[in-house]
Amino acid sequence: MIAITGLDKRYGTHHVLRGIDLAISRGRITAVVGPNGAGKTTLIKALLGLVRADTGSIHVDGALVGEDCAYRSHIGYMPQSARYPHNLSARELLAMLKDLRSADRPGQPLQLDEELIDRLGLGGQLDKPLRTLSGGTRQKVNAVMAFLFAPDLLILDEPTAGLDPASSGVLKDKILADRDAGRTFILTSHFMSELEELATDVVFLLDGTVRYTGTLDDLLRQTRKASLGRAISHLMTESVAA
Amino acid sequence: MRLLSPVTGKIVKYELRNVGRSRWLLAYAAFFFIVADALLRFGGADKALLSLTSVTLFIVPLVALVFGTVFLDDAREFTELLLAQPVTRRQLYAGLYLGLTQPLALAFVIGAGIPFAMHGTIESKLRVSLAVLLLAGVALTFVFTALAFVVAAFVDDRLRRMGTAIALWLVSAVLYDGLVLVLAMVFANYPIERMLLGLTLGNPVDLARVILLLQFDVSALMGYTGAVFQQFFGGATGIALASTALAFWIAVPVALGLRAFRKRDF
Repeated sequence: MIAITGLDKRYGTHHVLRGIDLAISRGRITAVVGPNGAGKTTLIKALLGLVRADTGSIHVDGALVGEDCAYRSHIGYMPQSARYPHNLSARELLAMLKDLRSADRPGQPLQLDEELIDRLGLGGQLDKPLRTLSGGTRQKVNAVMAFLFAPDLLILDEPTAGLDPASSGVLKDKILADRDAGRTFILTSHFMSELEELATDVVFLLDGTVRYTGTLDDLLRQTRKASLGRAISHLMTESVAA
Repeated sequence: MRLLSPVTGKIVKYELRNVGRSRWLLAYAAFFFIVADALLRFGGADKALLSLTSVTLFIVPLVALVFGTVFLDDAREFTELLLAQPVTRRQLYAGLYLGLTQPLALAFVIGAGIPFAMHGTIESKLRVSLAVLLLAGVALTFVFTALAFVVAAFVDDRLRRMGTAIALWLVSAVLYDGLVLVLAMVFANYPIERMLLGLTLGNPVDLARVILLLQFDVSALMGYTGAVFQQFFGGATGIALASTALAFWIAVPVALGLRAFRKRDF
């Protein structure tokens, strides 16, 4: 589904991604893990074309990122922090996105998935200006937007950060149900237990390079650890020793 | 060029909704309304037009520059949100540009135009001059918003961005004509008309001034560059040349800003 080859990115003197090669397959939930500043968010933004790589290429479903924008109609994105135009309400924001999508593909009916609005209890908040909503509520709006167009690929950057336990449970159930329906997920999170609950595959980034890529089960077997958290800290101490 | 795709149209629509709620826009229209109205009350329509021209050449570039740089900061989250959608950077850039220039231009035209309409200028001979003044203000809005976007693309820090914008305004609206005058004095014994002509083309505010003063036929009142222009071209040719140059002053910054916008990381 996603093929990344030789991806390199510098911000001035800061070398964020150093020759990333990566393949992510369809119908899997891939957890991207690594310490702060390892390049997780940059990698995700490169996938979306928000960050332009210096060298290397990314193909999403055969389409080269950076040429056409059509591939993004199959992606749902939940950014790390939710900041939106101050004066709009959530309802207006969702209407705007629908409006844009239908302008992009006139004549084709939109396939919508608004299940999360009810399940996250957002119904009463939809008409308030976004700036008046709490961080957690805005994060819920974010989640609704990511799932809204029933995309094939969902990229969720710290999806449960700021959510209460009940809402984050709802979101996790939704992720698992959609994966069973054949959707592909890329996740980042600081909660290893949460990733362990969801992920089938793990990509471990350190200093802008891929230190491990494979299934979660293989990782646990290779490192002979009982949990993802233990396995990752094992990989990190190993890299420091090496 | 697929600049005005349906997607761009939608972006403009939501941008207008966002910008339209801004109180600054209302204040901007009110400012021109009050100034134009006051000028009309204290003098005839012809004098009012002339005075309003000076105010326009001064204020429109300043507001477009300041509004443009601040606006792009505020629109940053909107930009990130939209770029994750199936929207190209070109479409988004066109949407942001038109979503800002349209309400600014409209606020100016309404604010400055209504007092003259109430005063009956539209029925008089002066209506052509009024139309040219309004058009020049609109053109300057487009030029300086584009320049603001270029500044925003190349200067990252918010404060330095504002400083650069204001410096740009000082140079083009205040210092430039003075510098040309100094040059003309210093080299008064040499044939420098062609050079002065070139210098006029190098500043959009001077270009707009030339168009207006050729229209009003009062070149002596409005700066040295205008006098040179009149001497060289007289009426229609001069206006056509200056208008073409002004069009370049819109197209080139827009293209530069778009180029930088396409390369940028968000």
